[in-house]
Amino acid sequence: MPAKLAFLQSTLGRKNLMALTGLFLCLFLVIHLLGNLQLLMPKEEAMINYNSYSALLAGNTFIKIISYVLYFVLLSHALDAFWIIIKNRKSTIKYAYDDRKRASKWYSRNMWFLGTVLLLFLVIHFKDFWYIYKFGSLPYDQNGHKDLYTIVVNAFESGWYVCIYVVSMLALGYHLLHGFKSAVRTLGLYHPRYAKYVNTFGVIYSYTITIGFSMIPLYVYFKQFIP
Amino acid sequence: MMKINLKVWRQKNAMSKGKLVDYELKNIDPHMSFLEMMDTLNESLILRGETPIEFDHDCREGICGSCGMMINGQAHGPVAGLTVCQLHMREFKDEATIYIEPFRAKAFPIKRDLRIDRSAFDRIVQSGGFISVSTGQAVEANTLLITHETAESAFDSAACIGCGACVATCKNSSAALFTSAKIAHLVKLPQGKKEATKRVLNMVRQMDIEGFGHCSNTEACEVKCPQNISILNIARMNWEFNKTGGVLR
Amino acid sequence: MMVDAKIPEGPLEKKWSKYKAAAKLINPANRKKLKVIVVGTGLAGSSAAASLAELGYHVSSFCFQDSARRAHSVAAQGGVNAAKNYQNDGDSVYRMFYDTIKGGDFRSREANVYRLAECSLNLIDQAVAQGVPFAREYGGYLSNRSFGGVQVSRTFYARGQSGQQLLLGAYQALMRQVSLGKVNLYARHEMLDLVLIDGKAKGIIVRNLDDGKIERFAADAVVMATGGFGKIYYLSTLAMGCNASAIWRAHKRGAFMACPSWIQFHPTCLSQAGDYQSKLTLMSESLRNDGRIWVPKLNNESRAANDIPESERDYYLERKYPSFGNLAPRDISSRAAKERIDAGLGVGVLKNAVYLDFSKAIKEQGKHKIEEKYGNLFSMYKKITDDDAYQEPMRISPAAHFSMGGLWVDYELMTTIPGLFAIGEANFADHGANRLGANSLLQASVDGYFIIPYTIANYLSGELKNKKADISNSEFALIETEVSDRLKTLINIRGNKSSDYFHKKLGKLLYHQCGLSRSAKGLMEAIEEIKQYTEEFYQDLRVSGSVNEINAELEKAARVADYLEMANLMCYDALSREESCGAHFREEYQTSEGEALRNDEKFCYVSAWEWSKVNAKPILHKEPLVFEFMKPSVRSYR
Repeated sequence: MPAKLAFLQSTLGRKNLMALTGLFLCLFLVIHLLGNLQLLMPKEEAMINYNSYSALLAGNTFIKIISYVLYFVLLSHALDAFWIIIKNRKSTIKYAYDDRKRASKWYSRNMWFLGTVLLLFLVIHFKDFWYIYKFGSLPYDQNGHKDLYTIVVNAFESGWYVCIYVVSMLALGYHLLHGFKSAVRTLGLYHPRYAKYVNTFGVIYSYTITIGFSMIPLYVYFKQFIP
Repeated sequence: MMKINLKVWRQKNAMSKGKLVDYELKNIDPHMSFLEMMDTLNESLILRGETPIEFDHDCREGICGSCGMMINGQAHGPVAGLTVCQLHMREFKDEATIYIEPFRAKAFPIKRDLRIDRSAFDRIVQSGGFISVSTGQAVEANTLLITHETAESAFDSAACIGCGACVATCKNSSAALFTSAKIAHLVKLPQGKKEATKRVLNMVRQMDIEGFGHCSNTEACEVKCPQNISILNIARMNWEFNKTGGVLR
Repeated sequence: MMVDAKIPEGPLEKKWSKYKAAAKLINPANRKKLKVIVVGTGLAGSSAAASLAELGYHVSSFCFQDSARRAHSVAAQGGVNAAKNYQNDGDSVYRMFYDTIKGGDFRSREANVYRLAECSLNLIDQAVAQGVPFAREYGGYLSNRSFGGVQVSRTFYARGQSGQQLLLGAYQALMRQVSLGKVNLYARHEMLDLVLIDGKAKGIIVRNLDDGKIERFAADAVVMATGGFGKIYYLSTLAMGCNASAIWRAHKRGAFMACPSWIQFHPTCLSQAGDYQSKLTLMSESLRNDGRIWVPKLNNESRAANDIPESERDYYLERKYPSFGNLAPRDISSRAAKERIDAGLGVGVLKNAVYLDFSKAIKEQGKHKIEEKYGNLFSMYKKITDDDAYQEPMRISPAAHFSMGGLWVDYELMTTIPGLFAIGEANFADHGANRLGANSLLQASVDGYFIIPYTIANYLSGELKNKKADISNSEFALIETEVSDRLKTLINIRGNKSSDYFHKKLGKLLYHQCGLSRSAKGLMEAIEEIKQYTEEFYQDLRVSGSVNEINAELEKAARVADYLEMANLMCYDALSREESCGAHFREEYQTSEGEALRNDEKFCYVSAWEWSKVNAKPILHKEPLVFEFMKPSVRSYR
């Protein structure tokens, strides 16, 4: 077997792919969140900024390439997970009475479930925003940019949509809480002191992303009731 | 004295289908060790003309790594940092129902009842868990200075007794803790660094060949390890593996 | 008949180098043609198998455990001695030789012991090279601690797991040879008999414990590294599987057994708590470096240990043996404890223990230092007893531990059967009548790494031209049938008592009559009782299942059958030796102060026993012990 392939086929190689794609997505989340924070500005300002930001992302070739990388990474992350799950199923035998859960955190054992929730969320997310932006007919704002802002705000003013969104962000939060730490370990950060710092960073990061992404729809939702 | 109800996994051989069988025991002294309770049960089975329960055990002081059972769904039972032989009946309530199953993993086939085949671990060590020094080649011991901290840290990794609880408790039946502890023990020491690349690649490959699952870093292995082997050993193994780029030289 | 140990002539310090210089060698191409069987994968077995395979021999290695790494060497906690003199405290090969001879109460061979001390230097180097994580000073140099019976610090250790770590070194060396195809390893295979062809050891009969099949293995030489048989007392520090069967079978085929009644009782074990108990866990003797042993001065003391004031405590070892104090050798410490317990001063619920107190050491050195040195022992104590030894003293008592006796071997570690070697605890060699702490790991390793590779070549060179043994030889068939019949006999008794019942009964009898102290009357009674037990055993034993399957009960029953025969020999051995020496304490032979009274005039020999028949008196042969370089003296630790 070619050496490179051997690396990928080993359990450790597979987990590396998982870790690297995961960390790349973590980085993306930060950028995504920073962009979305514009939605928290006063309405007029937010609309102009957000729409021009969206237009910038849509029109730039460099960003386009990045976005294809992103899709590829996302797909790899999911497919690799699928591959790992299959292999793990093959390695294990069920216990008649199982109480192993006491020895670990529930979210660390259920990354596949949290991941599936996120995947479903992404379908909704892409359909409602990305697809409409790309292929739907949108009104234009005063600067002549597609008015994504209004679409987003309209969506977030509906209660059930905000619910789905917040629940999904919780799933993301738990996914990150384990995923970030696990990824860093998989890459080989073994020094106890740095491992501790990175763990703390991971926790702060997960909370920030979860609260950040949840805050926006909640803010938009509740703002509609304030005259 | 306690009364307990046992549900013990009985299985004739690797091929046959096993099942949980009920046993009731009276007059169990809370100071008995868990295996002494099993002895008591077996003694009564023999006298009743039934087949006693086969289970692995030897030193009965937590160091040989022979014993290992899932007790109430947990590897080595409910108390952390113990092997089954060190577990005592005082940890259970009177009239308790106790489930006893073998350690399970595809790589650990059942031989009979609670006895399992852990030779996969031996084969992992055979693939590279050693320093290639033949008898007579060694230099004077104190020419090799190893700091106190390094020696202690290497010992922490070397303390593994090879019981297999890490595999049994892992949702993926991963042998990462076992394999990494040996890799880390040897790579931390200057005399073990020479073969580090070959060792990590071969041992990881053997671990995969044996059919163990992936490590998901759930940390359950560390929690159930009777020797408290740190999960950071796994990170060390990953580091050593990644350093090589995975290219077999 | 006198037996000859074949000790090389010349000055003590030259004997081993002279032997090595004169021993026959085998060229590498010829070594490939020779097969060696090594039974047992403890420190002696693994190191021998690995070292012989490295030299190019074809090695087959056997153990009854499911992995070679599980042999009971793992349980040795304290450490391994070596005369490195890293501490600059006056140690030397000669000093170590002196301590070991004296510790063994002048009942061991000078030449063997000197060689042990000499080779100790190489062992530490070897173990370090293998990656054994011995304790280190902050500067990176190896650390030492002191041990019972000596006044220097020469013990190398790896926290409380010295045996485990040394064994892992040897096991890994063995695994390396397995991966190179030089060793065929048979785990879960128990040796049930030895096959002799033309009077030479040429093979073994084993039972595959995973399917019950009886298998034959042939070789040019057989090495027995099957460990000790202290488990004969049922309650002991040994593993449940430790047994005498392999050496007993060799004995019945013609190998002499030397001083089988010399069993060391370890002074620092956890005391028995009830009838159900299956073993007595050992707490490393190294604890005695910092722990002080005491009992209350008053009979019927009912206060908790910490409530008893200093003035009402009897630090009896410090009182009776001021120069060695708590570090007095094992036999003396054990007997002193038994003496206090028998006097009604024992502590604990069953009044069967003494205190081992760390309060002073914790006060002087700090808890963290004690934790670093003995952390795992303290946690082990907590796990078993549910008590915290940092807060209150441990309760300890003596328990059967190490067999100084075993197969008689000459200087080459060969038994009286040509081609049959015995190494490690399985032989009688270096420890005399009492073994010093941290010398057992040493002896096992030195035998395996540094001695057998030389001496086996000296024997095998003569076997090159001889016809190779083959398992189709009629001797193999004959002995295989005997083995199967023996197992079938046990199963067919179909009585009403388990083998554990007989084992416990025999153990109790031996503990009282052939344990820490013995008397002619007690031993003669025991011999009669063993006869009855044997009769009852063969009438009322119940073994479930069949031969052709996994059957732990059958394994146990076969071992107990051999123990019953061995017990008879032990009692005769103890009875014939009308003196007290080391672990062998005859009540009739003691000083007015209750110390052992040796009789060098009449008993300065090794008793090498030849098998006669079941329940009969065995035949005694003597190997006179000649002290050329050391004068036997009264072994005083006062």
